[in-house]
Amino acid sequence: MLDKNGIARRIAKEIRDGYYVNLGIGIPTLVANYIPEGVNVVLQSENGLLGMGPFPFEGEEDPDMINAGKQTITTLPGSSIFDSAMSFGMIRSQKIDLTILGAMEVSENGDIANWKIPGKMVKGMGGAMDLVASAKNIIVAMQHVNKAGESKLLPKCTLPLTGVNCIRKVVTELAVLDILPEGGFRLIERAPGVSVDFIKQSTSGKLFAEADVKEMDLN
Amino acid sequence: MINKRVSDADEAIRDITDGQTIMLGGFGLCGIPEKCIAALVKKGVKDLTCISNNAGVDDFGIGLLLKTRQVKKMVSSYVGENAEFERQLLSGELEVELIPQGTLATRCMAAGYGMPAIFTPAGVGTEVAEGKEVRNFNGKDYLMEYAFDADFAIVKAWKGDTAGNLIFRSTSRNFNPVMAMAGKITIAEVEELVEPGELDPDMIHTPGVYVHRIFQGSDYEKRIEQRTVRPRS
Repeated sequence: MLDKNGIARRIAKEIRDGYYVNLGIGIPTLVANYIPEGVNVVLQSENGLLGMGPFPFEGEEDPDMINAGKQTITTLPGSSIFDSAMSFGMIRSQKIDLTILGAMEVSENGDIANWKIPGKMVKGMGGAMDLVASAKNIIVAMQHVNKAGESKLLPKCTLPLTGVNCIRKVVTELAVLDILPEGGFRLIERAPGVSVDFIKQSTSGKLFAEADVKEMDLN
Repeated sequence: MINKRVSDADEAIRDITDGQTIMLGGFGLCGIPEKCIAALVKKGVKDLTCISNNAGVDDFGIGLLLKTRQVKKMVSSYVGENAEFERQLLSGELEVELIPQGTLATRCMAAGYGMPAIFTPAGVGTEVAEGKEVRNFNGKDYLMEYAFDADFAIVKAWKGDTAGNLIFRSTSRNFNPVMAMAGKITIAEVEELVEPGELDPDMIHTPGVYVHRIFQGSDYEKRIEQRTVRPRS
C-alpha cells in the first residue's frame, strides 16, 4: 500500500518530456518532487503563471508571487505571467498536456466529485470545473477507500459532480486504474504488497482485472 | 492626455452607493485593492454585490467588508478561508453564488470585449448548469454564461500613469486586468503613479481607455496567506 508520497511518485512516471502540467492541491502538488531528472516540464498555476519554481528561501518571499494554493513561490528562467482569463484560455484550448487533481469520488463512467459535501460548509470549486471539463489528459490522485473503509471508486458518484465523463486514469494507494470509454475501471497495476482480490473488494464500481496484474514500479 | 488622477481612495469611491455591484481584483490576498476596501469600510456603503474570486480572510481583504455587514451577495469561485463569511452564510445573512474560476474570469473578459455571453464546458452536467442554456458545438456541450454587468470595477496595479495605463507585477496581475476592462466605471489604485510618457507603451497591460480614476496608495500591507519557504542548504 502506498502513502501519499508513493501515489505522487507513481503519477510522476506518467509525465513526459515537454509536458505543460497543472497540479492541483494536496497529493498532486507532491508530484513535482518526483519528476525524473532530464524530463523537462513546465508547471502551470491557474492564478496566472507558467513555469512555477520552488518555494523561495526564507526572507525572499514575495507577496506578489504566489501559486493557486496561495503559497509563496518563485519563477524559473523562461517563466511567464498572464491574467486569469488567459490562464483558463490555455486550459480550455487544451494547451496544457496533463492535469493532476484530487477527488472525493470517481465513478466507473469517469464522473468526478471533488468540490462539495452536502451539509458541510462549501468552499467553492475554484478552477476544478474548468480543468476537468476541458483537459484532454487528467489523472486523479485519490484514496481508494474512505476512513470508514468504503470505496470511493463507485458505480455512480453520490456527491455533487465537478465534471461528467472526463476522467480516464486514477492512481490510489492500492492501484493504477484506467476508466474504459464504455464504462468500468480496468486494473492496470497494483501497489506493492496489495493483492488483486483486495483491490476488487475495495472497488465498488465495475472492475475488470486479469488474474495476474503487474506490481507498480516506483523507481 | 486625459488626466484620470483623483486624490485618494475616498475620492475614487465617492459615488459608490448602497446596493451596487462592484468587482474587486485579486487572487486570495494577492493583488487586492487594499486602499479602496478600507475606504468602502469607512464610507459604510452597504448591500453590495461583490464579484471577486475570493472573499478575503477574517481581518483583511473583503473580509473587512463582511465583518461590517456591507456585503449582501458574494460572487466567487472559492471562499474557504473566512470564519465570519461562513457564519453569515449559514445564518442566511449572506447570499453566495459560486461559479467556476475560469467562467468568472471569462465573464469579466466578455464584458470588457463587448460580448454579451460566452460558451464554456465548465460545469456541464453539474449543478452549475441548472437553468442555463446548453449548446452543442462539434459534439461537445457548452453552457452559455453571460458577461458581467458591474457598476464599478476596483483593481490594484503596480504602476500606472495619470492617463490610466496600468502595469501589474508578478502573479498580482490575476483578475485585475480583466476586471479593469469590465466595469462601467473602473477605479485603479497603484503603488506608483507617474506622468504620461514615463511608462513604455509596449509594456502596458491595461490601456488607459478602460480606467476612469487612478490614484497612488501608500503603505501597502500585502499580507501573505500561505508563507512557504525552503531551507538554505
